[in-house]
Amino acid sequence: MVDTLVFVVAAVICLVGALGVVLARNPVHSALMLVMTLFGIAVQFVAQEAHFLAAVQVIVYAGAIVVLFLFVIMLLGVDRAQNLEMSFLPVQKWAALLFASGSLAVVVALIVVVGEPVTGVHAMGGTLGGSTDDVRLLARSLFSDYVYAFELTSLLLVIAVIGAVVLVRKPKQTNPIAAEDGGGT
Amino acid sequence: MEITTGWYLVLGALLFVIGGTGLLIRRNPLVMLMCVELMLNGVNLSFVAFSRTLGDIGGQTVVFFVLVVAAAEVVVGLGLVVAILRRQPGSTADDLSELKG
Repeated sequence: MVDTLVFVVAAVICLVGALGVVLARNPVHSALMLVMTLFGIAVQFVAQEAHFLAAVQVIVYAGAIVVLFLFVIMLLGVDRAQNLEMSFLPVQKWAALLFASGSLAVVVALIVVVGEPVTGVHAMGGTLGGSTDDVRLLARSLFSDYVYAFELTSLLLVIAVIGAVVLVRKPKQTNPIAAEDGGGT
Repeated sequence: MEITTGWYLVLGALLFVIGGTGLLIRRNPLVMLMCVELMLNGVNLSFVAFSRTLGDIGGQTVVFFVLVVAAAEVVVGLGLVVAILRRQPGSTADDLSELKG
């Protein structure tokens, strides 16, 4: 009973936040609605006993990524409203309608067969729900089976940091005379 | 009523659909990036639901990697947005068609 209540409340929070992200005219409101959705997802993670991922979700997503979004919005001063009616390309509205209706049909089909949609093989080793907690299992999986992927993510993060610095750097002074004047005085 | 795995999958699919629709109808590049985050979170929820049902920690490991890739994607994406909007204030995703030629 409590499980059902937690699921329903968190699902409503997630969906309201998601709709708010899409429908809000002001980008700042979109970012705040995104925080709401992310907290709802974190509650769902806790309900499925993924406690470490719930903590990481709150810290990384709500704490770092959304703050980064808000920082860029404030830095660029683009926090003015966008008129949703005027902003459609001719094909855009129909493509969106087709995507949404087709995907919703898939979702409804999933609800119809909702009895047991999971048809996988149960795990043999490193199973969840035993005596060991999820942090220990996750660490063992990460540093044994997925250790090459884990090392590659460090490379990915370095590339992302270098790319961001190169992209945002101010272009060099192209006028040599102005540059010499600036250096001389 | 008992909450089965299917309900979590439905919620994840709904989040994915909402994010994808937003990605198609919004033109502000910042909001488009936020919609990508919504889609990634819908998929993450599905992975955790499968991980719980099958008792396999691999699903949660994949979610961990998705978090890292999402962080890198946001850093590079916001860098691009800053670089473009600094040159052309107030430009939308459609204005990037001027990149050609």
